[in-house]
Amino acid sequence: MGERIATRDAYGNALLKLAEINPNVVVLDADLSKSTKTTAFSKKYPERFFQMGIAEADMMATAGGLATAGKIPFASTFAIFATGRAYDQVRNTIGYSALNVKIAATHAGITVGDDGGSHQSIEDIALMRVIPGMTILNPADAAETEKLVLAAAEHEGPVYIRLGREPMPVVFGEDYKPEIGKAVRLREGNGATIIATGIMVERALIAADILNQKGITVRVVNVHTIKPLDAAEVIKAAWDTGAIVTAEEHSIIGGLGSAVAEVVVQNRPVPMEFIGIKDRFGQSGKPSELLTEYGMDPEHIVAAVEKVIGRKNS
Amino acid sequence: MLNQEQLHELTERARQMRGHIIRMLTAAKSGHPGGSLSSVELLAYLYFHKMNIDPSNPKMPDRDRFVLSKGHAAPVLYAALAERGFFDKSLLGSLRKFKSIIQGHPDMKKTPGVDISSGSLGQGLSVGNGMALAAKLDKKNYRVYVLMGDGELEEGQVWEAAMTSVHYKLDNLTAFVDYNHLQIDGSIEEVKSLYDVPGRFRAFGWHVIEIDGHSFEALDKAVAEAEATKGRPTMVIMNTCKGKGCSFMENQAGWHGMAPKPEEAAAALKELGFDA
Repeated sequence: MGERIATRDAYGNALLKLAEINPNVVVLDADLSKSTKTTAFSKKYPERFFQMGIAEADMMATAGGLATAGKIPFASTFAIFATGRAYDQVRNTIGYSALNVKIAATHAGITVGDDGGSHQSIEDIALMRVIPGMTILNPADAAETEKLVLAAAEHEGPVYIRLGREPMPVVFGEDYKPEIGKAVRLREGNGATIIATGIMVERALIAADILNQKGITVRVVNVHTIKPLDAAEVIKAAWDTGAIVTAEEHSIIGGLGSAVAEVVVQNRPVPMEFIGIKDRFGQSGKPSELLTEYGMDPEHIVAAVEKVIGRKNS
Repeated sequence: MLNQEQLHELTERARQMRGHIIRMLTAAKSGHPGGSLSSVELLAYLYFHKMNIDPSNPKMPDRDRFVLSKGHAAPVLYAALAERGFFDKSLLGSLRKFKSIIQGHPDMKKTPGVDISSGSLGQGLSVGNGMALAAKLDKKNYRVYVLMGDGELEEGQVWEAAMTSVHYKLDNLTAFVDYNHLQIDGSIEEVKSLYDVPGRFRAFGWHVIEIDGHSFEALDKAVAEAEATKGRPTMVIMNTCKGKGCSFMENQAGWHGMAPKPEEAAAALKELGFDA
């Protein structure tokens, strides 16, 4: 740990690797290439980079057209525009036709910070989850991002990749090998399970350490693939630990928490608590200030675990 | 130039396609006859004269592509594909029915020969641009044809896409507007005037050709001119008649999205020279 890298930077690096491996990979951007980190790719492979201007709807459908001709387009913009502005294009052109388009959405969540609520995507996972056949990846750190971006290119069909703006701690080492659709157990414990995604994974690990000091052991599961969800791992958590806390940098409506709850109630109902944004818009501020304001610090996770264990035992 | 034999062949194919459209919509009891009938000549021309396609290999990598951006005109596309042999004509009777391979709007996953799913208006030109960009990148010489409705031009994305086609100099793409002047709620001029369709595209940098969209000679000439135009895309504004070939439907906005009743279908088929 110690090193901090933004997942969007890891995305930019992964594209350079991908370009070498797979000649069909092309990249599109909507006038945000400096922010989405596609600039290096555009300079090295100008003929495989399509600047689409400030026209996200056009970009998504163009990516669809490229995919029908055998290309593997990575369409890059901020999460708020990728899923909101271009929803119908993602739904009807890409999703409905099951086209092999990769949507790389950076600046997801409230850690966008200063730009404020208009730019803080708190609903993108929910919007993508309801599209049949859409795979949703939400990497926890730079190492996981790079590997999942490479895996997304190999995966046939539409993939939504959720990336962040802020430099975040690196959790995983070089030998870590995430697999699409497979949750990763990071800690073992029996009091409860924290199921986390994205930047909340590192926070869940900190929470687990704090709980450990209080004599409570928890299992921590990293769900980098929100869809298809690793249901077996979720059901196992319910059986083994009897209580679940989900943690995501997203609205608790329709995101990871909802996905986990859908599996839990149908298979092994146990008490659950949800860490995430509780039906509010974001606002300007430093990422750290916002994470505290919206109840997403390790301390909040600790409190949620204690609460859910209380419910389990009542 | 089309010779007499080719003209005769295309005229007959168009007549057959109109018969298919009337029959399949009548059987389906819903769907969009007006804008299907107004674009019959274009599809007959593309599918029976122009496009490099192979019904036995619908996904042939180097084939020419057709994008029906005005997806509600699916019956004209199905009529062309069935007539061309992409699937059996007997399947046309299953239009809009449960488990049919021909859905209410084009679905590339279900229908052989459909190059892209469509239905939500305004997206096809962008998709066509993507196909044309891929052709350029791969140094392939297949061409991309996109058909849009005139009412569809009210969608903002059309104009985003129109900029993209010009910016990337997509001279391997030819787009068509089925300019029949009618949309669901009335005439284009009443609903939301497009003011000057050719002028708009010229201002965006397109090579623009205005033709009679029911004339095979005019279509042939326009497509040849588009192919000869280098460095920019061509927009063919086809002046057409909504409901063409079925006199009681012609120029009637009401026939945008209403299927004929059996007695109306019988009259239409008789007019087209079919026995029943």
